[in-house]
Amino acid sequence: MLTRPKRKNPVLRTRLPTLPPGARSRVALGLTAAAALGRFELQQCRDCATVQYPPREACQKCLSIRLAWRAQRPEGSILADTELHHSNDLFFRERLPWRLGLVKLACGPTVVAHLHESARNEVTVRAMLDRAGQAVLVALPQKEAANMAEDRQLREFTCDPKFRKVLVTDGKTALGQALVKELAKAGADLIWVGYAEPWKKFAGFEELQKIPQATLLPLDVTDSKNVREVAAEIGGKVDILVNNAELHRPFGIANRAGVDTARFEMDVNYFGLLRLAQEFAPAMRSRGADGQASAVAWVNLLSIYAHANFPPHGTFSASKAAAHSLSQCLRAEMRPAGVRVVNVFPGPIDDEWNQLLPPPKVAPAALAKSMVKALQDGVEDVYPGDVAQEWLERWRDNPKALERELSA
Amino acid sequence: MTRRGYEGVAVAVPVTVPYVRYSIRSAHWWLARALAELLRVSGLKKAEIDGLTISSFTLQPDTAIGLTQHLGVAPRWLDHIPLGGASGVVALRRAARAVQAGDAQVVACLAGDTNHVDSFRLTLANFSQFARDAVYPYGAGGPNASFAFLTAHYMRESGATREDFGKLCVAQRANALKFPHALFKKPLSLAEYLAARPIADPLHLFDCVMPCAGAEGFLVMAEDRAKRLNLKFSRIRSTIERHNAFADDPIQVRGGWALDRDELYAHAGAAPVDMDFVQTYDDYPVIVSMQLEDLGFCEKNAAPAFIRKNTFTHDGSFPHNTSGGQLSVGQAGAAGGFLGLVEAIRQLTGEAGARQVRDAKVGLVSGFGMINFDRGLGSGAAILSC
Repeated sequence: MLTRPKRKNPVLRTRLPTLPPGARSRVALGLTAAAALGRFELQQCRDCATVQYPPREACQKCLSIRLAWRAQRPEGSILADTELHHSNDLFFRERLPWRLGLVKLACGPTVVAHLHESARNEVTVRAMLDRAGQAVLVALPQKEAANMAEDRQLREFTCDPKFRKVLVTDGKTALGQALVKELAKAGADLIWVGYAEPWKKFAGFEELQKIPQATLLPLDVTDSKNVREVAAEIGGKVDILVNNAELHRPFGIANRAGVDTARFEMDVNYFGLLRLAQEFAPAMRSRGADGQASAVAWVNLLSIYAHANFPPHGTFSASKAAAHSLSQCLRAEMRPAGVRVVNVFPGPIDDEWNQLLPPPKVAPAALAKSMVKALQDGVEDVYPGDVAQEWLERWRDNPKALERELSA
Repeated sequence: MTRRGYEGVAVAVPVTVPYVRYSIRSAHWWLARALAELLRVSGLKKAEIDGLTISSFTLQPDTAIGLTQHLGVAPRWLDHIPLGGASGVVALRRAARAVQAGDAQVVACLAGDTNHVDSFRLTLANFSQFARDAVYPYGAGGPNASFAFLTAHYMRESGATREDFGKLCVAQRANALKFPHALFKKPLSLAEYLAARPIADPLHLFDCVMPCAGAEGFLVMAEDRAKRLNLKFSRIRSTIERHNAFADDPIQVRGGWALDRDELYAHAGAAPVDMDFVQTYDDYPVIVSMQLEDLGFCEKNAAPAFIRKNTFTHDGSFPHNTSGGQLSVGQAGAAGGFLGLVEAIRQLTGEAGARQVRDAKVGLVSGFGMINFDRGLGSGAAILSC
């Protein structure tokens, strides 16, 4: 069982991050694409239905090249297991011993998998992202065990908030406050909660103050100087940064004069992310392997509209598309440190700015729950709620069709 | 059409370029040394070598063809055989057919690799597409991890104990002490074997081959040519080769030998009991056990009993890996796939010195190569006689 890490001795050298081997063939990245969404998919032949592994270009049975990534049953049984006491790779060398298994999947293939300490005989296999951002297979006990998430190896694949220090950039919204509660429930050690315009009282302020882990601090993502000062103060301790600050106003181009509103949206949604990234990312990058509670994740609240513009909220969509693009840059820059960038793409949130949109809308509390769960599960792209899920499927199926549907 | 025999083919001039743990030279250096040694011992001129096979892991970016220019040879028959531990048997059978067909007169079969301090890690990281995608990111244990799975499973199925594997390793070390080129020079006791540090459960240090640099080689030519050159030689009675056998087995419990052994013995007109010695491929002792079973020396999962019943030194009841095998000589990359074959030629030509098996007239060599993903893909075997 995981115990609360000791206070860090600032005199000692911080171990620098190393990564597990990250090279993959292009075809193998299909596993990564599914794992980023928390899905377990293997290639399956469209002609003879044989499930394939390792990833390949042609069906091992009928030589068809029509191989599609399909969700597979995750059950399997361990054929053999080992505990490595020697590794040729620096990342694993620093983490020995390391448990591995050869697992026969019910859907057919035999796979090599990282093995949870409690995994025996019958297992559930998941595709998870490792610190290099690449998919690996992890075998877990079939029955949820006590403190299962605290497995030393599993924590290398997840971004579990337990015992970690988190910054939530905006505590003034219902979502921000729900996030603080969820993170506290998930065992976060300390939660800094930013709030802009500190001279104004806001609803929920007192309640936030009652959460023992929460510390409120003035933070305005549109104020470069303020962001720099906050980062100078706490940047070296933040293990998880949740950027939920957003400005959302309806309308597209024709229904509004001038660019002021759009500029405000960009200032929060896009430049806010850029400011935070410039000030917080360097310290987080240096702490990617800082013990059991290392810097581990950066969460961006984006929008499903980042993928396809929703004309009734056209400028907001554009600002989220810009933020999405920037987050991909941040993801690339965080990867060498093993710090995961988690992008959250909700459909409309059930708040005042989506008043006119029909349900279903995602409730702030549900959204917060799914964001924290994404950290616990080690997922990289999150589509919470029915609307986001449906739009994701539509977008993956045919982006042009979705463009027409959204403009209807 | 019935399969032809190997009549009239001579296998001669077993050479070893003395191994070192690490080398600053490239694979080319090691292969050049092996070829030079073949010429020196045979008395042939370079221009008389008109066939060449090359096996190496560390020759990149070159392949066999680049090496011809490097070595200044002009063969009319050339084969690059990157089959790891199966390379020796495969080179032998291809070269023999080339000589029989008249496509080449004298084929030099070479295997060699260098070993820089970082070579092994780089070889592992890029060993194969499946290894890179689906094995190396899992702890980067290399073959240790793959064989740990096979060993754990085999021990459970067969009841093999560490003592059983230890007996093989200890006997091979005793053999190696009589082979001047072996890198391991100190005796190994069973107690030392058992007390070794764990590498990947259930494997411990002395279960694992040590990567090193080195080269091996031999010549294949017509018998009358060998006689004119006054070379001692051995003959090929039979060979087999198989790749990706038993792909439906969820975990490797057997190699291609089990599929082809009946043909191997029938073609040779011999039986397991006729073998005066056996050289197995021994990067890990579990695969030795599998070969003993799959090549018919005992039943499936009966190798532990077989090991308990026999002794494995060159003067034992079952002379096995008489030069010490890779476990005690070192694994010089692809040369590991040649080690047993080169030793078999020595035994059959009476050149094995202090470890000579008495009255060795016929022997078996087997090869096993390329853990591509979860199992070794290639298997081969040859029966040679004097």
